[in-house]
Amino acid sequence: MILLRLAWRNLWRSPRRTLLTLGAMVFCNTILVFMIGLQLGMYDLMINNTLRAFSGNLQIQATGYNEKPQMRRSFADATQLAQRVRDHINLDSVSARATGFALASSQTRSYGVQVLGVQPATEALVSTLPGLIKQGSYLSPDDAQTAVVGSVFARNIKVDIGDELTLVGSGKDGSIAATVVTVVGIFDSGISELDRNLLQMPLTVFQDVFSLGNDAHKIVISAANLDAAVKVESEISALIADHPDLTLLDWQTLNPGLQEAIQADFSSAWFMYGVLIVLVGFSVLNTVLMSVLERTREFGIVLALGLTPGRVGWVVMLESLLMGLAGFSIGAATGAALNMYFAINGFSYSGMQEMGARFNLPAEFYPEVSLIALTLGPGAILIATLLAAIYPALRIRGLQPVEAMRAV
Amino acid sequence: MQTPFLMLSTIAWRNLWRNYRRTLIMLLAISVGVWAMIWMTALMRGMVDQMIKGSINNLLGHIQIHAPAYRDDPSIVNSIEPPGPELTDSLNRPLIKAWTSRIRVPAVISSERESRGVTLVGIDPAAEAALSFLSESITQGSNLASADAPGVVIGRKLAERLETRLGKRIVLVSQDSDNTVVDRGFRITGIFEAELQTTELAYAFVGRDRAQEFLNMADQVSEISLISDDYRNLTHLLENIQATAPDLEVISWDQVDPYTGSMLAVMDGFILVWIIVVFLALSFGLVNTLAMAVFERKRELGLLQALGMQPGYILLQVLIESVILLLLGLLAGNLLAWLSIVPIQDGIDLSAIGEGLELAGMSSILYPVVEFSDIARANLVVIVLGILASLLPALRAARHVPVDAITRP
Repeated sequence: MILLRLAWRNLWRSPRRTLLTLGAMVFCNTILVFMIGLQLGMYDLMINNTLRAFSGNLQIQATGYNEKPQMRRSFADATQLAQRVRDHINLDSVSARATGFALASSQTRSYGVQVLGVQPATEALVSTLPGLIKQGSYLSPDDAQTAVVGSVFARNIKVDIGDELTLVGSGKDGSIAATVVTVVGIFDSGISELDRNLLQMPLTVFQDVFSLGNDAHKIVISAANLDAAVKVESEISALIADHPDLTLLDWQTLNPGLQEAIQADFSSAWFMYGVLIVLVGFSVLNTVLMSVLERTREFGIVLALGLTPGRVGWVVMLESLLMGLAGFSIGAATGAALNMYFAINGFSYSGMQEMGARFNLPAEFYPEVSLIALTLGPGAILIATLLAAIYPALRIRGLQPVEAMRAV
Repeated sequence: MQTPFLMLSTIAWRNLWRNYRRTLIMLLAISVGVWAMIWMTALMRGMVDQMIKGSINNLLGHIQIHAPAYRDDPSIVNSIEPPGPELTDSLNRPLIKAWTSRIRVPAVISSERESRGVTLVGIDPAAEAALSFLSESITQGSNLASADAPGVVIGRKLAERLETRLGKRIVLVSQDSDNTVVDRGFRITGIFEAELQTTELAYAFVGRDRAQEFLNMADQVSEISLISDDYRNLTHLLENIQATAPDLEVISWDQVDPYTGSMLAVMDGFILVWIIVVFLALSFGLVNTLAMAVFERKRELGLLQALGMQPGYILLQVLIESVILLLLGLLAGNLLAWLSIVPIQDGIDLSAIGEGLELAGMSSILYPVVEFSDIARANLVVIVLGILASLLPALRAARHVPVDAITRP
């Protein structure tokens, strides 16, 4: 206890120095809290938006389909299997899909388009697309010859609600697949790949047109969040264990780019954080070293009076610890205040909109205010502070009381 | 009167080394800071530069000329006549390094097994070579020999998806100028590999004349693309070309591809913020070190003043001390940056996170780009703001009242 009081008083013998060092810590802590909060908030959004938009948390596919997505790599009894999965995991957000390609023609234009067969009743539970219909309505569950298309596609091919599209493609058996569908809805997702190049129709119509029987290519499973998905994953693996031709894929496998983009961003950000942490470390090292050197005489006296070098070393470490804790709490507090402000008002800078659109993000970011966002950066700075104090504290061990007392 | 500058410098230099540990730690901090500024900037620049060059190379060019409705509706209906004499003259000016005209329309490509949507690009291979990636990216077979060469060149990934290969036939289906669906078989005479998979999947290249004949479009084209000597300053050129082609849309690459266009501005802003943040983190240490140095010399400075040294000289002396410290730190930092950039000049392989970079439109080999202006900016920020920061302790040193300073321990 006495050591603690000594350390506290020592700190305020030179208030300006202590405050400047504290200032460096608070500055860096605030920046780190803000940046880390922003990053975590962004990753969450990126993952959630991408998964919710289309791919879902998990997919069951025929083995090999993910590497080579081809019409003939389908699996049988898809809707039944989807129903079994639904019952087994007690979750409605399970939906089967089939994917194909067709040349779509309106009265005046022809474009190639990705055709997706979906279960209209459950598709809205695994994807946000059905909710993003800006004209008309989504597919109804009555399996009519209808389709919904992306907004850019609709504009390019010049169709409106109620117009007909002729689709020509090739079926699973290589036969020609042709049909006419009525456009009942146009969606606008903001994801250019989908808006430009996607047509959805009822799965039953798809199976009929593309000679798919009762097959499909994917069963998409959406969970409330990433943690829930992990639990569901093990349950489904158990369910499909007796189907060697089926594979369960997690979101990282389904979106390899997303995971790596996050890793790339995270590692380049940590390089920057590392530099700031090292700079604070130098600042602390300098301060503590100076304060130790100018107290050589004093240390000589207390050593001569019988204090062990170890305890004197502890005083120095305690000084850094106190300073570090003060920096930690003030920095975390200012950082939290900053994050909370932006969490409410949103944070944006020019060019963000274009970049955001590329990663399914809005133009404004909301930093995360969580325990990890608030303590990760300041914690690293605290550790750097303590590490920096070790060298000066160790120097005290080498002091000879008599010589030290004579020092200027 | 002899200038005391030399004397002050000598004193400042010796003062620095009175407490060499402190000076060395500060030097280390400054050089790490400067190194981080330059290193990070070089990598960022490299990334953006490569992204932009990659996009420009990817059939973007510096300036594109289309029918006004083409960008919204890139169909054969919005084709344009080939450049007339006036526009040709304008395009042949020395400022423009190369130009070409292309057909670029959506199409469907089918092998016996699979079909996919692609962009059918009709090119004049001779002119195209100076503008885009194709001529350097052929890995199997050969490039189209001329604008009326038979055959089609597709990407490696597309061939894989279609389960076809060099020498096989594929069928291209598109819409001709009368809105009739037309199809024609082409033999694959070349396969290209690009840095980005999306590029390999996106295009099917055929000869321009063949495409015109296939699509019944006489000698019309979809777009004219050109490159000048620098992608940054295009305003003047844009205006000139617009004047000779008033009915057409003449736009620069950053309008065609706003994502890549915005990267340039975002990066510039980011680099400046990064430099300033690092400097601020440094400046606390710098001010602290100088303040300590001044504080422990309080008596000595008072004595000097009592002996008749002007406060201005004391200020100058502290500033010189700071400048020497900053300059040494900058020297070491720049050296460190140079030493760390030279070994990676030939590129760092980041293929471990390749798909993530691809999502951002970057390739997986990163080449650092060292621009003089970036280095100058980092050095300038450190020295100017450094001197500003050290004014505080220097002014304090100069303001000591001599008698007080000497008598108080």
